[in-house]
Amino acid sequence: MEIKTAMAGTLESGDIFIQIAPNDNAGLHIDLDSTVAYQFGDQIKKVITETLQGLGIDQAEVKATDKGALDCTIRARVTAAAVRATGKDVWAD
Amino acid sequence: MQRLRRTMMFVPGNNPGMMADAHIYGPDSIMLDLEDSVSMAEKDAARLLVHNALKTIDYGKTEMVVRINPLSTPYGKKDVEAVVKAGVHVIRMPKTETAEEVKELEEEIIKVETELGCVGRTQIMAAIESTLGALNAYSIATASKRMMGIALGAEDYCANLKAQRTTGDSPNFGMELQFARQCIVTAARAAGIDALDTVFSNLNDMDTFRREVEMIKAMGFDGKSIINNGKMVDRPVVIRAQRTIDLAIASGILTKEDLA
Amino acid sequence: MNSIKDRAALIAEAAKKMNKGVYNDANVKKDLTPRHELQRKSSKVVTLEEAIKKSGLKDGMTISFHHHFRGGDKVINMVVAKLAEMGFKDLHLASSSLIDVHEPLIDHIKNGVITRISTSGLRGALATEVSHGLMKEPVVFRSHGSRGYAIKSGELHIDVAFLGASSCDPLGNAAGYSASENAKSICGSLGYALPDAKYADHTVILTDDLVDYPNQHNAISEADVDYVVVVDSVGDSSKISSGAIRDTKNPRDILLAKQAAKVVMNSGYFENGFSLQTGSGGASLAVTKYLRQGMIDKGIKASFALGGITSHMVKLHQEGLIGRLIDVQSFDKVAAESLMNDPLHKSVSANEYAAMLEPGSATHFLDVVILSALEVDVNFNVNVLVGSDGIIRGAIGGHPDTAQDSALSVIVCPLLRGRIPCIVDEVTTLITPGSNVDVVVTEYGIAVNPNRPEIKERLEAAGLNIVDIHDLAAKARSIIGDPAPLPFGDKVVGVVLNRDGSVQDVIKNIVG
Repeated sequence: MEIKTAMAGTLESGDIFIQIAPNDNAGLHIDLDSTVAYQFGDQIKKVITETLQGLGIDQAEVKATDKGALDCTIRARVTAAAVRATGKDVWAD
Repeated sequence: MQRLRRTMMFVPGNNPGMMADAHIYGPDSIMLDLEDSVSMAEKDAARLLVHNALKTIDYGKTEMVVRINPLSTPYGKKDVEAVVKAGVHVIRMPKTETAEEVKELEEEIIKVETELGCVGRTQIMAAIESTLGALNAYSIATASKRMMGIALGAEDYCANLKAQRTTGDSPNFGMELQFARQCIVTAARAAGIDALDTVFSNLNDMDTFRREVEMIKAMGFDGKSIINNGKMVDRPVVIRAQRTIDLAIASGILTKEDLA
Repeated sequence: MNSIKDRAALIAEAAKKMNKGVYNDANVKKDLTPRHELQRKSSKVVTLEEAIKKSGLKDGMTISFHHHFRGGDKVINMVVAKLAEMGFKDLHLASSSLIDVHEPLIDHIKNGVITRISTSGLRGALATEVSHGLMKEPVVFRSHGSRGYAIKSGELHIDVAFLGASSCDPLGNAAGYSASENAKSICGSLGYALPDAKYADHTVILTDDLVDYPNQHNAISEADVDYVVVVDSVGDSSKISSGAIRDTKNPRDILLAKQAAKVVMNSGYFENGFSLQTGSGGASLAVTKYLRQGMIDKGIKASFALGGITSHMVKLHQEGLIGRLIDVQSFDKVAAESLMNDPLHKSVSANEYAAMLEPGSATHFLDVVILSALEVDVNFNVNVLVGSDGIIRGAIGGHPDTAQDSALSVIVCPLLRGRIPCIVDEVTTLITPGSNVDVVVTEYGIAVNPNRPEIKERLEAAGLNIVDIHDLAAKARSIIGDPAPLPFGDKVVGVVLNRDGSVQDVIKNIVG
């Protein structure tokens, strides 16, 4: 899917800041910086990957700065960034 | 469903940290806000955040309310879809002035509920925030079977009334809202639904808070809206401040240089 | 005839028998210098370098410090920089605690100036580096009470103590405040420094206000002081209430504090004459504020408040609700000033505060203590030292001392901090054993240790939300998911001693 650079989220505690950009190489590349990287790094990457794939995005460069966000927040922020990157909303117009 | 609605806690819809544990303070209802506490640029992100929070977070027995953007904005209909799909208990419609607006919202809700196969699940609460809304309180309260309550939005109402909010130390305390409050509580009782008073936001003035709660209880209200810290900036306050400054400049009390 | 001349022979004979000389008045000369000037010539007042040289400090020896200035401390960095400059190596640094501001120690460790550390806590970049294996020797962690006792018993022998003081006279009478108009700093109690001053082989006071003799209400006596060094600043007093000691505005902390106050009031120990302590951490410090109304309503007065003393404690004391304040560490400026001015507000040494083996330790007479925690596990074990990410980020403080000695220990701890679980299946590091922990207050309910059924009954009768601690741990997992295991290595970077001197736990290095 065609995407442009977009971002969503904040750097406040309990939130995650997501930046999405086009990736020249195949696949999703996720660069994660998290305050809970040891305990939840893999889980966060998994949620990001699943959310993007669910929206039909399987090639992108993702930079995620996590401040201890819950999975539901990660899904929301990734979706918001994806919607902004593709211009395709998940809700009816 | 009959339930206690003594306290309705406002939580900004774009703040995941506050949304995660608002229920620990034990409010009867939590109102996640997509309207005044969310900037235009973040409406889409907040909508997704509220949708995911409602679907995922265990708020226990707390009644979950979402204040959507007016249907007249580009955000309102998407807000309805997102929160009904997440199973919200109540949609709070801001700035309600007529029964027709309630019916319009109901139609939007039915569209989504039909798709989900759960017609009738979502309740409506209308916030009355203008003089016209106050005068139409009864017809608003009876506009739909889904109506569970009407609430006062004092900041916008006062702006519309061209009156100032009073504090507990004023001899005229509460006078500016007296009529609107009585309209709302009387209409709610006549319609058999709940009446909720306006939000109290100055956490540094607990004396006024106490006086206001005692007063609205005496007037017959079921409950009141609250916030859990001072971070929520109410748009009407900013608008009113801007208007005051504009008037002051227009009448020569201030110059633009004073503000520089 | 019996004049002194007549007795001269007898005097000489007595002197001979006693192997002493005979007094000769001609040898005595009065110094006519005005005494005000004379005291300035005290041989004890020297430069830092002279003090170090004269103390006889050698490579491999133990130096000690206190942390009463918390984030504002300037003494440790100043002294260690000087020692490095003078070429010392292989020193053992024994501080009552180390915090963020002591980050420069990292370089001194890398350069071999410091090779061993004993402390109550570690925070900031230094703690992170230590957790990753910065030091060859593990850091030895003791509680405040244990440290005091270890110094007294000789288990922790201090060669030279370098102790910052806000006032000191030329003879070495020192205090954590100054009544002079030149006062530059104030930290209040010097409780953690008192065992060092008393038992170190050599004690050096560093002060930023050299006052006239006698410096009254001194905490440290000239008898224990060898050298006095005047410096520009020993600490920034505005930072003594930084870090773990803040007046909270966090609504969740306030909720926890209010619940903890209810626990205390309904515990059975809330009676006239009870004694009280609150540990660091926003929620536990705030409990005092909410106990106050209960004390007024029920006409209950506390006999004493102990430990880290706060402005809230001082307020209740001034209102007559707390009889005496026993202060091992002043948690804010109000408390420090009260210590200076109020005779019923006394400082206490770490030893007499909380040593297990000291019969007179104040903690032995403590009814209720309210403490915070990084983690509590389902067996009520508490960790206040190592973060859930395996990185050292706290201090033992008086936690195990007060939890064990008090009649009722209450831990206030949120279920979660962001995505970090605080109620867990097993604590990352064991600091206070669960057998000493009675009640855990969270925002999702209150858990009572099964070995205190009577407390559970009383709190339930009062209508508090009592839950099983296993349910709290499960609730935490349901919100945040299951954390992955931490990437610990095989190197021991820290050793945690119990109050009785035994080794209780070790901290492994974190990899990556």
